[in-house]
Parts: sequence; structure tokens; C-alpha cells
Amino acid sequence: MEIELRGITKRFPGVVANDNVNLVVRSGEIVALLGENGAGKSTLMNILYGLYSADEGEILVDGEVQHFAGPGDAIAAGIGMVHQHFMLVPVFSVAENVVLGVEPTKALGVINMSEARKDVRDISTQYGLEVDPDAIIEDLPVGSQQRVEIIKVLFRSAELIVFDEPTAVLTPQEVQEFFGILRSLRESGKAIVFITHKLKEVLEIADRIEVLRRGAVVGAAIPSETDEQALAELMVGRPVELTVHKEPAQPGDVRLAVKDLVVLDERNHVAVDHVSFEIQSGEIVGIAGVQGNGQTELVEALTGLNPAISGSILLEGDDITHASPRKIHDAGMAHVPEDRHKSGMVLSFTVTENMVLNSYHADPYSKGVLMDWDAAREATRGLVAEYDVRTPSTEVFGSNLSGGNQQKVVVAREFSRDLRAAVLSQPTRGLDVGSIEYIHERIVAERDEGDGILIVSTELDEVMAVADRILVMFRGKIIAERRPSETTTTELGLFMAGVAEGSNGG
Amino acid sequence: MADEDPEIQPDPVTEAILEEVTGAGLDWRGIILVPVLAIFSAFVLGGLVIFLAGEGVGTILTAFGALVTGSVGSLGAISETLTFAAPLILAGLAVGIGFRAGLFNIGGEGQILMGGMAALAVGFSFEGLHAEVHLPLALLGGIVGGAIWGGIPGWLRAVTGAHEVITTIMFNFVAANLTVYLLKSALFQEPGRSDPISKPAFESARLPRLLEFLDEGYRVHSGIIVALLAAAFSYWLLFKSTIGFEFRAVGANPSAARYAGMNTSRAYVAVMAVAGAMAGLAGASQILGNTFLKGTPGFSSNIGFDAIAMALLGRSHPVGIVAAGLLFGALRSGGQEMQATANVGIDITTVIQALIIIFIAAPALIRAVYRVKASDNTEQITKGWAT
Repeated sequence: MEIELRGITKRFPGVVANDNVNLVVRSGEIVALLGENGAGKSTLMNILYGLYSADEGEILVDGEVQHFAGPGDAIAAGIGMVHQHFMLVPVFSVAENVVLGVEPTKALGVINMSEARKDVRDISTQYGLEVDPDAIIEDLPVGSQQRVEIIKVLFRSAELIVFDEPTAVLTPQEVQEFFGILRSLRESGKAIVFITHKLKEVLEIADRIEVLRRGAVVGAAIPSETDEQALAELMVGRPVELTVHKEPAQPGDVRLAVKDLVVLDERNHVAVDHVSFEIQSGEIVGIAGVQGNGQTELVEALTGLNPAISGSILLEGDDITHASPRKIHDAGMAHVPEDRHKSGMVLSFTVTENMVLNSYHADPYSKGVLMDWDAAREATRGLVAEYDVRTPSTEVFGSNLSGGNQQKVVVAREFSRDLRAAVLSQPTRGLDVGSIEYIHERIVAERDEGDGILIVSTELDEVMAVADRILVMFRGKIIAERRPSETTTTELGLFMAGVAEGSNGG
Repeated sequence: MADEDPEIQPDPVTEAILEEVTGAGLDWRGIILVPVLAIFSAFVLGGLVIFLAGEGVGTILTAFGALVTGSVGSLGAISETLTFAAPLILAGLAVGIGFRAGLFNIGGEGQILMGGMAALAVGFSFEGLHAEVHLPLALLGGIVGGAIWGGIPGWLRAVTGAHEVITTIMFNFVAANLTVYLLKSALFQEPGRSDPISKPAFESARLPRLLEFLDEGYRVHSGIIVALLAAAFSYWLLFKSTIGFEFRAVGANPSAARYAGMNTSRAYVAVMAVAGAMAGLAGASQILGNTFLKGTPGFSSNIGFDAIAMALLGRSHPVGIVAAGLLFGALRSGGQEMQATANVGIDITTVIQALIIIFIAAPALIRAVYRVKASDNTEQITKGWAT
């Protein structure tokens, strides 16, 4: 099978999402589609999957022009897609999810579950996709859920499978298992498109690499003939620093001291389980861990959003365990929240309004209850320039900025004060390489000014690159502490999966 | 109170409605053009309804002509328009301020009644006061009465999570029947009457008529001035004060507001109290601006519900609400003239009002009919990084 996208152009109001893109994928190869967020990767694949129709260009399957009116047509043509966010019914079993919509039936339309189970088992063994057909989806780890998605696609006899950012939710070990699956799919003659912005993965797994930038294919490469640096330059369009430059940390006095902290989650389960650590001035402590191991609740406790039920948090010796978010903020703690859309910004507010979102209540932005918008606008103009926020004016809505620029607004707001400590949660999630580089620089600069910084990230590479000390969190506990120079991603990955337990020293 | 914050996240539908009614992220097309086209369409359809009822085109033109002369065609007509507009603007602010803060205040009726009754009580309780003292005091009564009646649902929302749509609607029933009960009580009832009607407030509490010196028949009173001042205050509160900044942040994104250190519980109570105060002023205007200065059951005359239309049409912006209040005041006033000269029932103006609201509430319809480009508020002005 050979699928060809020829001269695909897709315009959205004000944006050319795909600009005359050509792409060929054949059976038995893995093609990586590399590009930053907003480069047009997903748009292109949504056109291939029949979700969008192209303004220009055509799709050819084995040389014949096809018209996909919807995903149904694409599936019939042998195209399958595994989305970044799984499309599974959490309370249904694996087999039920796999056959959903194309259920094998007995007389009178009764679902033939035993046949469904058998089909799932057959596909599992054929491609090495281990999963119990009777397991309930919500009980399965993310890696297994992904396998169910793959089985779903194979069950619909896909010959070409598109994976949209498939590794974003996986631990390093799960990524290796996933690559094993990709290889076995390739060997059985499937064509694979692998959408990602992660350079290392592309070099490891792809047969060919196509790089997209601002909607257009800007280059192609073969892994053996290129390296990360070259790919990053192609992707961003200018030379990029991939490593974070920083001097060794010079830790000083203790800024943040957490002792025996216990925090409950929304359902009143213990999410943070007697956690203790200290952060000194002038150092960056990274917390690594798979999402959902208590990091969110830890950050909420540190910033006053979800007070701890026991234990203590001291900010330069002041007890802030039960202080309000406002009090903690005013005491000199910065907080970059993990989800900038949910809580970091008000998208329908202007850049200025967002810039003063948590400091509006005091001088110089207000006197009594009277806002001083002139002062706010002036300060915002300064910060927009200093932090290189790309916006036509300070008076456009937050929703009009790209993700990277939104995050720069949040970082500018949090770092532009006299700080004692900073808690940064997923500070670069979903950002392009250029923005990541910039935000990492600011974090290191903030450290060098003597603040104590805690960075929580599910991206192990980020923690390794930025942190001076790494704590691994698993099921609410800190199970290991390492310095980046003394460990490897493999070792940390094992801690993150809870397989090994490290000494809690150092 | 922060500890008890139940934090109800708005669901996507609520969020979409709130975005629409506050014009969040809309450009001029959404804020100005769509309402104008909605009004135009409503008149066209209204004309069609008259036509289908068997009237000729001539009658339709006469009717609409009368609508114009009856609303702005003479000083008397303008006087009527402004008289109707005053309480509509005040109550519209009560709903609009709620929308801005993410709250659906459906309790305008009750707040008008309680504000009006409080103003009435102040009005007839103090004899011999100077008007300069008595009138402000009576208006203050209206503010306090409405604020309490609005503030309680706000407090229930903050502490227990009880949804304000339900509590405010129920408070309307309580207020309506409490009003009838009070009007028959010894405290309020006019001596010698058996029906629910109050004794009059003293003249010193009257909202002075503005054009009485020209003609006894010009009813317009200073309630319209109170309304414009209230609109100006609302604008200042929402857009120039830290309190309004909190209101709007809580309304647009409660989790971001909490993250930013705002007390969302306190904001809910404050928003509903301010909203109630506006509706309470509308009630005070109804009582202190009417000829007899008396309270009767139903003196709120559905203004609390019409207020939702004002807020929708005015995109919950004080300036927009003033414009919407004037328009609907004009439709009321002109409708009377239309009935008299063209013999077209005043009900047709209600049809037109309803059509305007339908078009406003379904902006996609107007955009489709007139091919107005939707402002895409997710459209990114800046693209990528390295440009």
C-alpha cells in the first residue's frame, strides 16, 4: 500500500495551516512527521483521516485519487488514527471498546462478545499487544490503554496507522515498549506515520523524517544522516540551544522547607504521603514522576490552593502551611500553574489584565479599590518587551496569543516580582523548542539571583536538563533523590515506574 | 468561608452562554452589528406577522410610523419612553453585573419587590423630613432591600453551592407572596381598605418629575437620572475598580481567580448583593416615581424578567444596557401609540421584543442570514516563535 498526499493546502481564517504539502508513506516504513506545535502536523493528518477537507491538493491511495467525506471513508480505505487523547469508554471492557461501532452480532442483533474477545486475543498475539480483553479500561495503565487504541485500529483492518504524539503520556519504559510495538507493526507490513516534536524519539524509531514548519515541508532526513541539532534547526528555522547552559548551583540558606506533608486529593485520598524536602536559595530542585503521583496536590499545598492536612511548609522560616494563596503570593512565592488555560490565565482578559491578575490588589496597580490601568499598561508594556512576548498590543485578549507567548505572559507575571521561592509546574508543557529554550534560560537566571526553585515536570529530559537536584515522586512519596550528573534517564524511569526504590540521601 | 468553597465549575454550555452574553472575545461585529441586525430582522418579521394577520402594507407602515412617533416623535412621547426605560435599565444592570461575574441572576422580580417595599416603608414612615434627606433615604432603603434579597442567594451559592438560578427563582415566589402579605398587614395597608394596597409614601420621598413645569401629563421622573447614575457607577465598578476586576475574573475563570488569590466565595455574595441593589433601585423607582406613591401587588410588572433581555441585548455592558433599556422603553411607549392610531394591537411590540431576544440569543442565526463573519476568539494573532 502507498498513500500519497499531493499539494495539500488548507487555510483557516488568517492562517495557512498547510501550504502545498507533499508526503508519501509506503507499507513497511515508519515516517516521522516532526514539527513544533502549530506547524500543521495535526491538520495534515486530520485531512488524511477525513476530518477536514483540503482547500487544494489530493489524496492518493495506491495511485488512485480518493475523496474522504469523513473518517468513515478513511477507515474504509485502510487508514487508522491513534489520537493523543484516547477515545475510549472508561467503564467498558477492552473487547467492548475495540468492537464499539462495528460489533460482531448474533441473531436479532445481540452482540457476540465471545467473538469480540477472540478477535482481540488474535490481534494481541499477532502483534505482541498484550492486554486482557475483559479488563475495564479505567483500571488499565496508560500504556495499556494505548495498546487498546492500537488494537481498535487494527481491528478495523488499517494498513496505514497515524500516531498523534503517542509518547506524550508514557513513561520512558513504556516508550520503549511502544517502539517495540511500532517495529512489529512495520515488520507485518503496516505503514506508520508518527507525529511528534521529540527529536530523540524520531532519531531512534523513524525510517524517514519529514520536517514541517509553519505549514510547509521544510526538509526531509534519514536518521543515520542527521542529528538532533540539525533537526531542531530545521524545525525552528534558526540555530537552537538544546542544552541548558548553567553554572553549578551555589546553594545558600534554606528557602522552602517541607516537612512530613500530607495532602488529600479531590476524593479525599492521600495524594501526598508524608513528604519532606528542602530547597535552598540558588538551586533548582526538580520533581520527576509520571502524571498523577501526587505532584499536582503537592504544588497546590505549597501555593495555598489545597491546604495540607498535616505537616508543615516554611518559606524562609515563616509558616505558610495554612496561608491563603494571596498571602503566600505576597510573601514572595511565584507559582506557574500546570495548566495555563485552566488557572494560569483568563483567556478573555487582555494581556494587561492577565499581567496584573494576582498583583492588582496592591500598589502600584491600585489605590484602595481604584485600579490604575495606566500603571498596569505601562508595566505590561515593559514586561512584554523584557520577556519578548510576541503580541501586537497589550490590549489583545489572552486567547489571541500562541501557547508559547501565553506561557511567557505567565512567567513574566510570576518572575517580575521580588521573590524568595518559585514553584513551577510543567513550565514548558506544549511549547515549541524556541519558547522552551527561553523559559529555561529565565528559570536559570532566577536561580542565579538567589531564589529557591521547585520545578515539577513529567518530561524527564526537562528535569534532567534544568534541575540541580532531582526528586522522584511515586504514589505520593519521594522515593529517590539524585543529582543529574549521577544518574541516567533509565534509572530515573525505573524509579518513576515504581520498579526500584532509591536511597533517599544525598 | 474559603475553606467551605464548594467551587462549582461552569459546564461548557454555561461557559458558552456567558461568553455570548458578555461579548467576551467578540469584536465590533458581535457587539454592535449583530444586535442592530437582530433588531432590524425582528421588525421585518414583526411586519410579516401583521401582514399575515390580514392587514395591508399601508397599515404596517402606519403602525411602524406610529411606533416611531409614539416613542420619539414628541416631547410627550420621549417622556413616556424614558419613564418606561428607567426601571428596565436598573434591572438590566442587576442581571448584567451577574452575567459579568458568571452568575445567572433570575431573581430581578423578587429583588425589585423587596427593594420597592423597603423604599415604600421608608417613604411612609418618616413624616416631615426634607426631600433632600427623605428621598435619598428612601432610595437607600431600596438599595438595602434589594441587596439583601440578592445577597442571600449569593451567600447560599458561596457556602452550600446551591445554584443561584434555582434559589433566585424561588426567591421570586417568596417575594411576590410576601409582598401581598405585607400589603395586607397593619404596617403597610392603607387604613380602611381590605385589598392589598399600601398607604402612600410622603411627598418628600417622591422622585421629582422632570418636565412637569411644561405639561402636567409628562410623567418622566428623576428615576431615569438614578438609572443613568447607576449605569455609570456599574461601569466604574466593573472596569475601573479592583472589586470589578475580581467580579470579572471570577466570572470568566473561577480557577484562575482562585489561583490569583481572589476569594471567590466573597465575590459571589458581593456580586449578588450589588446586583440586588440595582434591582432594588428599580423597585424604588417604581414606587417613588408613580403618581400615587403606593405599593400594589405586582408593581414589579415583569421588569425583573425583561431585565434578562436588557442584559442579553446590551452584552452585559452598562452602556449597552442603557441602550437596550431605551429601545425597549421606546417600544412600550410607541406600542401604545400604534394601538391607538393604526389599531394594531400593542401585543405586536411584545412579539418584536421577543424576536429581538431570539435573534440575540441565537447569534449564529443572524450571522448565517447576513453572512457576518464570526470573530474567532481562538484565532492567534501571533504565530510561532521565530518570526
